[in-house]
Amino acid sequence: MSAPRRFAPIQRLLHWLMAACIIAMLFIGVGMVSTVAPTYLPLIMIHKTLGVTLLILVMIRLALRRHYGAPPLPADLPPTIKLGARLSHLFLYGCMIVMPLLGLGMLWAAAYPVVLYGGIQIPALLPQSDRVHTLLWNAHVYLGLAFFALVLLHVAAALFHALVRRDGVFGTIALFPLKSRTTAAE
Amino acid sequence: MNQSGNPSRSGSGSLVLIAAVLGGSAAAFAYTAGWLSPGRLTPEQMISALTPPSGAPFGHRRNHAKGICFTGVFEANGNGAELSSARVFERGTYAALGRFNLGTADPNAVDATVRVRGLGLQIAAADGEEWRMALINPPIFAVSTPQAFHDLLIASGKKDPEAMKMFIQANPEFTAFATWAKTAPWTTSYAEEPYHGLNSFIFTDAKGGEHAVRWSLLPTAKGTAVSQAELQSRGPDFLEQEITERVRIAGPQRWTMVTTVADPGDPTADPSKAWPEGRRTVQVGTLVVQRIEPEQDGPCRDINFDPTVLPRGIRLSDDPFPAARSSVYRKSYDLRAAEAGDYPRTGAAKP
Ligand code: HEM
Ligand code: HEM
Ligand code: HEM
Repeated sequence: MSAPRRFAPIQRLLHWLMAACIIAMLFIGVGMVSTVAPTYLPLIMIHKTLGVTLLILVMIRLALRRHYGAPPLPADLPPTIKLGARLSHLFLYGCMIVMPLLGLGMLWAAAYPVVLYGGIQIPALLPQSDRVHTLLWNAHVYLGLAFFALVLLHVAAALFHALVRRDGVFGTIALFPLKSRTTAAE
Repeated sequence: MNQSGNPSRSGSGSLVLIAAVLGGSAAAFAYTAGWLSPGRLTPEQMISALTPPSGAPFGHRRNHAKGICFTGVFEANGNGAELSSARVFERGTYAALGRFNLGTADPNAVDATVRVRGLGLQIAAADGEEWRMALINPPIFAVSTPQAFHDLLIASGKKDPEAMKMFIQANPEFTAFATWAKTAPWTTSYAEEPYHGLNSFIFTDAKGGEHAVRWSLLPTAKGTAVSQAELQSRGPDFLEQEITERVRIAGPQRWTMVTTVADPGDPTADPSKAWPEGRRTVQVGTLVVQRIEPEQDGPCRDINFDPTVLPRGIRLSDDPFPAARSSVYRKSYDLRAAEAGDYPRTGAAKP
């Protein structure tokens, strides 16, 4: 399959939908663990439900990625930057898959029932274990912070492409066509 | 149209913009995480207020640290079905798991020195749903709000006698609890104590009708009141020894679960306020404690008796405590699980 010039519309839609949800997840995560107010409970309910939804969405997204591929990066981008872009995207995908699994696993290993919005129960796939709980909990916390840092870096890079380099990279993922910029990558 | 490698004047403006977006996002994140608001009541602050001067009870619960496990059943008599559609109220027998405990942060406390006794309970319905709760023997809670509970912990930890006086001035509801603590009889057994849920919840019946309720476990064992001095003559762990012996020799111990239904206007948001006498009560079933096991290797060790783990048919009311407790119990669980090495299992009971 020849490389597309832009991400397919469904890919672009998912990118932005998930971006908004993931940023919300990160903020809800650190917000809920630092409060004892009644909002704690709705927040953690949203966190679990949205987190599991995102796990399903990232699977769909990866399938679409395999099907449609991705547009090439500009030819004049230095190889190290290209490598950095690829690695960071890989890491972003990794976080999108691993974070919800860690969240679920951490609750399973705590023998804590996972009940989502609407009373949906998710059966435990792990037995209670202090060691496993601690490992997954730490991973969820620290990977969550790393995820946020990486999202910031990613946003910085995207804005750099859009505002400084103006090389059309932003146009490949923009929800709506950006007239002058989309063609530039070619 | 290739502007790369040539940041123009608008380019440096863009860099400033990018830096502003990053800085703003990071600041918003830090604010949400509470890193910029030391005044926010966090689970960490609650835990540190619970921590005694002698240090945290590593590997143990951060409150109600001393306890012993039990297993048994909850026998629902079917009467609860008129109040709540929860499966556990349908006539039948459901597996129960729990923990008798003392309201202290010291796992080695001398039993006679601890005024509040508690019971953690988990009832499992056949469809995988769980109902968890943690109840205590005073008929009312000490304070009206989670913030006041924090303030109580801080004030009672101070050497200065003025601190408690000032606390009581600010939280006059505490006097009812203080009176209970001074005047209520002491018993010689976990089996002779009533355990009260204190927090208010909403039961939803099959027709969608809602009922604000509180519930208690009332003992069928009759006890004789003794003085605290008399208890002091017993061993430091007499409660655990007594309940183990009692169940071994006399067999299963029972509590009746009684649900009290609020009248409109009864205070549901404040567990320090008892509801007036004469409210409708419904006996919904019996807790039968069949087997006692030490906590160290026992099945209750790994359970967080979080009162917000509720089956369908029971939901939260406007009572702010269950949410606060859920948040703090989670943190306490995270800590004690991570410190399990400080409280090693003997491996004798479980493979
Ligand atoms: C939580 C937030 C986000 C996540 C997890 C995320 C993830 C990703 C991933 C994995 C890709 C690579 C797509 C692929 O090659 O299959 C990508 C591409 C892209 N993202 Fe994001 N993104 C997020 C937010 C944002 C934001 C806020 C912006 C803009 C300000 C942005 C701009 C871009 C751009 C311009 C691309 C295209 C890169 C290319 O052509 O290879 N992203 N994003
Ligand atoms: C995209 C997915 C997810 C992201 C980005 C995310 C992010 C976070 C963050 C940032 C925290 C706060 C960590 C801290 O500062 O202590 C957190 C905590 C938590 N998350 Fe997630 N999460 C995700 C998915 C899930 C899922 C699917 C579940 C469970 C079903 C879950 C359950 C939890 C729980 C229980 C906590 C509290 C941990 C504790 O302190 O005990 N998360 N999450
Ligand atoms: C904001 C107020 C409260 C705070 C901060 C608090 C704190 C705690 C903590 C940290 C634990 C240990 C949890 C664990 O590691 O599993 C605990 C256990 C317990 N609490 Fe509370 N608590 C509060 C209110 C209450 C109330 C209102 C009741 C009774 C109605 C109660 C009864 C119990 C009982 C019985 C246990 C022992 C449960 C077990 O056996 O695991 N607490 N509490």
